[in-house]
Amino acid sequence: MIWDWDWTLEILPGLLTQGLLVTLQATLGGAVLAFVLGLFVALLRRSRRPYISRPVGAISEFIRGTPLLVQLFVLYYVMPDFGVRMTALTTGIIGLGVHYASYTSEVYRAGIDGVPKGQWEAAIALNLPRRWTWIGVILPQAVRRSLPALGNYLVAIFKESPQLSVITVVDVIGLARELGSERFRYLEPMTVAGLFFLLIAIPASILIRRMERRLDT
Amino acid sequence: MIRFDKVGKRFGDVTVLRELDFHVERGERVTLIGPSGSGKTTILRLLMTLERVTSGTIHVDGQCLSHMRRGDRQVPADERHLRQVRKKIGMVFQQFNLFPNMNVLRNITEAPVRALGVPREQAEEKARELLKMVDLAGKAHAHPSQLSGGQQQRVAIARALAMEPEVLLLDEVTSALDPELVSGVQNLLRDIAHQGNLTLLCVTHEMNFARDISHRVLMFDQGQIVEEGSPEQIFTEPAQQRTRDFLQAVLNA
Ligand SMILES: Nc1ncnc2c1ncn2[C@@H]1O[C@H](COP(=O)(O)OP(=O)(O)OP(=O)(O)O)[C@@H](O)[C@H]1O
Ligand SMILES: [Mg+2]
Repeated sequence: MIWDWDWTLEILPGLLTQGLLVTLQATLGGAVLAFVLGLFVALLRRSRRPYISRPVGAISEFIRGTPLLVQLFVLYYVMPDFGVRMTALTTGIIGLGVHYASYTSEVYRAGIDGVPKGQWEAAIALNLPRRWTWIGVILPQAVRRSLPALGNYLVAIFKESPQLSVITVVDVIGLARELGSERFRYLEPMTVAGLFFLLIAIPASILIRRMERRLDT
Repeated sequence: MIRFDKVGKRFGDVTVLRELDFHVERGERVTLIGPSGSGKTTILRLLMTLERVTSGTIHVDGQCLSHMRRGDRQVPADERHLRQVRKKIGMVFQQFNLFPNMNVLRNITEAPVRALGVPREQAEEKARELLKMVDLAGKAHAHPSQLSGGQQQRVAIARALAMEPEVLLLDEVTSALDPELVSGVQNLLRDIAHQGNLTLLCVTHEMNFARDISHRVLMFDQGQIVEEGSPEQIFTEPAQQRTRDFLQAVLNA
């Protein structure tokens, strides 16, 4: 099998503009949702009211313990029976966001636990209200500590986003498969799509590692 | 101003304070000395409501700190009650505990603005005055990580004073500092002690400093007061053997 450059150049723009665009939308949408939702889950799990912390914890563990694929299926094929209708991409973003929120909530939990006890004590000594202790003192430090791990999950979400093709989202991998099936030839489209992932994931990982080192000091 | 009545404090099986009684007058400056583990920090932390008593009661300015009335019963204080009593007390920590995510000015203004509802401009004006007093007028916009230990501790002192406490608790505030930075912080505290009418409770191993600022020295051992008296009396002619041994050990360190 010889690499077909003409065909490669022909499919490249489509893969870039349609496929990669969808992939990035899914990734960024899913990540933003995961980062925001995860923070709320982390906070709710710390609630002193057990009727809040327990169920949130249980749901979060359940989501973490089941495959993303299953969750996507349920969202896309079962939810409409309950009258919830969304586009495939929106469903996919919600699926990714909810699934990864169960991971990012653990990241935030570690970040919150990592804030030195002295910070809480200084806040108490200053009679700072609890709410402002969280908003002004604890969360800014906890989130900062969480950034490298969150960055890693951003890359993970990016790499897992092709799973959205099971609910008919045509991302860069999905498009590559469609293009391949037209000619029964997958080498070029899949290689190009794979390269896109490498070209984005590797620099992102390096950036995150550098950020990690900067935050350490 | 401060009264401990039969205060007991246990951590699990470890009894740190046993039936401790003592009181401090308004405006009085008292230094606590004693060997490591004798419960000095625990006393300050109980006053700051960072710990709860196991038994007994603590009063500050006539108000019970550890308990409150509900109907005709004494019940452990709830958060709202604690906030109320805590207003009168400020604390400076050995490790400064500045908020690293805020600049110096914000460190000082955050609590007045959020806890007392002081308008930000007014809080900042006050903060700048305090910064001038602690000789850091130029550092308002610096971040804690850009300051030396001595400077950080001076900011922490300004931060505590911004809340206008009536009682200030100082727990070994110079022991985390490099030796050359100690005197700056001590001089500042000396000025503050002699200017205002703050009630001061101070834990320190620096005997000269204790002598300079305090009216009274309490010598602790194993959670109990072994001896108390004026700094002159305690440091020059201690009555108790344990005090003599302790002072000997500190002076030779
Ligand atoms: N949170 C805690 N849990 C368990 N034990 C504790 C705790 N805090 C203090 N202790 C114990 O209580 C005792 C008194 O401690 P405290 O810190 O009050 O002593 P101190 O007089 O301040 O000593 P130092 O001079 O070393 O600071 C020690 O034996 C200590 O191990
Ligand atoms: Mg101590």
